[in-house]
Amino acid sequence: MSHAETMLPALPPPPEALRRYTLSRLIGRVALGIWLAASVGIFLFVVESWSPEKFAKYGPSFISGLGVTLTLVSISIVLGGILSLPLAYGRMTKNKVISWIAYAYVYFFRGTPLITQLFLVYYGLGSFRPYLEAVGLWSLFKDAWFCALLTFTLNTAAYQAEILRGAIQSVPRGQHEGAAALGLPKRVAFFKIILPQAMIVALRPYGNEIILMIKGSAIVAIVTVFDLMGETRRAFSRTYDFQMYLWAAVLYLIMVEMLRNLWAWIETRLTRHLKR
Amino acid sequence: MQAAFAALSSVVSWFAGMIDPMCGPIGIFRLFAADTLLSCGDTGWGDEIAYGFMITASLAICTLPIGLFLGFFIALAKQSEEKSLRLATNIYTTIFRGLPELLTLFIVYYGLQIVAQRVMAAVGYEGPVEINAFIAGMIALGVVFSAYCSEVLLSAFKAIPRGQYEAGDALGFHRGKTMRLIILPQLVRIALPGLGNLWMALLKDTALVSVIGLPDILRQTGVAARVTKNAFEFFSIACLLFLILAMASSLVFSALERWTKRSEVAR
Repeated sequence: MSHAETMLPALPPPPEALRRYTLSRLIGRVALGIWLAASVGIFLFVVESWSPEKFAKYGPSFISGLGVTLTLVSISIVLGGILSLPLAYGRMTKNKVISWIAYAYVYFFRGTPLITQLFLVYYGLGSFRPYLEAVGLWSLFKDAWFCALLTFTLNTAAYQAEILRGAIQSVPRGQHEGAAALGLPKRVAFFKIILPQAMIVALRPYGNEIILMIKGSAIVAIVTVFDLMGETRRAFSRTYDFQMYLWAAVLYLIMVEMLRNLWAWIETRLTRHLKR
Repeated sequence: MQAAFAALSSVVSWFAGMIDPMCGPIGIFRLFAADTLLSCGDTGWGDEIAYGFMITASLAICTLPIGLFLGFFIALAKQSEEKSLRLATNIYTTIFRGLPELLTLFIVYYGLQIVAQRVMAAVGYEGPVEINAFIAGMIALGVVFSAYCSEVLLSAFKAIPRGQYEAGDALGFHRGKTMRLIILPQLVRIALPGLGNLWMALLKDTALVSVIGLPDILRQTGVAARVTKNAFEFFSIACLLFLILAMASSLVFSALERWTKRSEVAR
């Protein structure tokens, strides 16, 4: 029978393992260095060509351009949301003709570039000027802002219809059956059971769609609407100063990032009952 | 040797001319639009639009490998244990996913011109430097594509269980071999639907490059519309051509998806 007579002396803790200088750390440092160098370079470039007169002259027009972008996007998102309701219904109905028409609409607007649609409306509808004048709509269609609004509304309606349809169809069958088992009428079941669950699924895609519209709205500058991009192009063509584009980039980034964070906050707030 | 190359290239161009779906001997414009605005040759716009179609398609096809390649390595960097690497790549994707594609294009186009001019001036060359619109478009669209692509690939990477890497270790594979033989085939299968969506977006974004002067579908039809005053017809044709591209690529992608799933058990 043996037992320890003396306690072993406490050993000092083992030396901390040397963290190897890995390749990925080297690449990471180099990449960060490149970002740093780029931002310093851009900063120096801006400082070098900075002038208060330019800022005083073009600053307000940037703000008004920002306002045009935001109004355009928010109106078209709301109108497109209203238009997407019958479209989503059309996509889900069993009536062959209606569902085919809705499918063709969605396929056209999702399959072609937004800028082509804009040209089709703005330049293309000019071919029908006599008819439009006869109906009295010409004053609307010769306005680039209205054409952009119309195109964006039609375009985002197609995307939003698909979002809505996908969200409604993602609600499991059991929910329909549960509502039917409780004897709820179809309409009540849809508004009280299906739709609330579908909207949570649709929340993130809706946010992405708004961001896509903000980014996509830059193309209206080409058809002479002075949104943020249009004001930037105008300022650049007058001053040949590249920093105009950098300011526009900063404004767009701030807009998109704010919206993204707002949406993340809304989502965590609305889905807190699903957290475990 | 040079004669052989010349003969080869003439054979290739003859073959390409024969199977040209628009202005070849059996092209749609040649057959159905002989005496209209869309006829081929000097009297119509058929050949110009066919050229634009080719430019659009080749811009998208040239951008794809750059975007995929960059996006793959950015996705790898994003799941690295190294903090600085993750930070650097996150800055990259935040910037290029947040900027409008048109603005990215302008920044690349004019910014590259400024940089190139300064570099040339430092070397001693004074004079105008012009960047090719095709190259600028390729860079801008490739960068945007890689930013989105890295997100798709990152979520695909996360869908592959750890056990797959461990299986590679257990077989004594090198890290690169594990990646190539075990991870990549599964990654492609998982990421393909997302990549298909990105490809469609890329195809549509190529229309923006017409703004800086690349003679693609939109620019060619726009010129035709301005000259002939038949704007509605020509822009409808542009829409139709983009729809044809979208349909063709959705066919290709569904075939690809079937092909990558061939080894899965039929359920």
